[in-house]
Amino acid sequence: MSAHTEELAVAGGTTKTFLYVWFALLFMTGIEVFLAYEQIPVLIFLTALVGLSVIKAALIIAYFMHLKFEKLSLFITLFPMLVLCIILMLILFMPDSNRLMMMRPR
Amino acid sequence: MSQANSAVAETSVWSGGRSPYAVNSKKFGMWLFIISDALTFSALLMAYTYVRLSTPNWPTPFHFSPSIIFSTVMTFCLLSSSLTMVMGVHAMNHGNRKAAVAWILATMGGGGAFVALHLTEWLNLINNEHVTPFSNEWGVPLFGGTFFALTGLHMTHVVIGLIYLGIIAFAVGRGKFKAEDVEVSGLYWHFVDLVWMFIFPLVYLMSAKI
Repeated sequence: MSAHTEELAVAGGTTKTFLYVWFALLFMTGIEVFLAYEQIPVLIFLTALVGLSVIKAALIIAYFMHLKFEKLSLFITLFPMLVLCIILMLILFMPDSNRLMMMRPR
Repeated sequence: MSQANSAVAETSVWSGGRSPYAVNSKKFGMWLFIISDALTFSALLMAYTYVRLSTPNWPTPFHFSPSIIFSTVMTFCLLSSSLTMVMGVHAMNHGNRKAAVAWILATMGGGGAFVALHLTEWLNLINNEHVTPFSNEWGVPLFGGTFFALTGLHMTHVVIGLIYLGIIAFAVGRGKFKAEDVEVSGLYWHFVDLVWMFIFPLVYLMSAKI
């Protein structure tokens, strides 16, 4: 085997790229912790946290999980379906949780 | 079928003989598992958000020290272990088995530190804040239930990942397994890291005691 087959698997990404991604992920984690102790409205805080988490997840998927270097067909098969299922869950969960929030005793 | 049509059929992506995704079956299987597991964690995070939104007196028991410091260091451990894992895959892709084993062991070190810190954090919560999966002193049992279910399932994934990586490192060190096997184990490990990128802000930072 093998050296030949093992070399065939080489695809995308250099040590420098991985280090940049790692720094970016750490930096965004730092921003998240910083925001937790700033006096900002909850909705903006939550939106910032979810936004940063989605960017971090995208970086991990693209570079660490190598999806950026795979064929587009793999991405199209996997991710639109995942997003659709999450949206369907949101449609089921969120209106009711908002209703419960409005029903809280003031 | 004419000769020309036959030639087209042989080279067509969907004619069989080559993968339309250009990945091996193990990798594709792991991707499918990851997508289904992502849905499990999505549902749990939504259930957590649901009960949180609908509970007026949701507790915020996570003090800066030790909870937020510990969870931030745990995030650092997982992110760093993802970097070492990707370096391990990179080394194995270049046929350097010795370096690959070293990187995988470093990854396991990061994962082990994560589990140790997480258990310490759990014990702090149980002993000092008196939070259990069924009760707490704020009268919001759902807090403990959702917190321990979510973080417990994630920690289970980390422990399974450590066992998986241990097997891979052992086999690679003995000259067995291919680069693709290391890459597939890497996919699992990165997914565990990815899930924590949502649990850390939504569970810990959103309930930090200011």
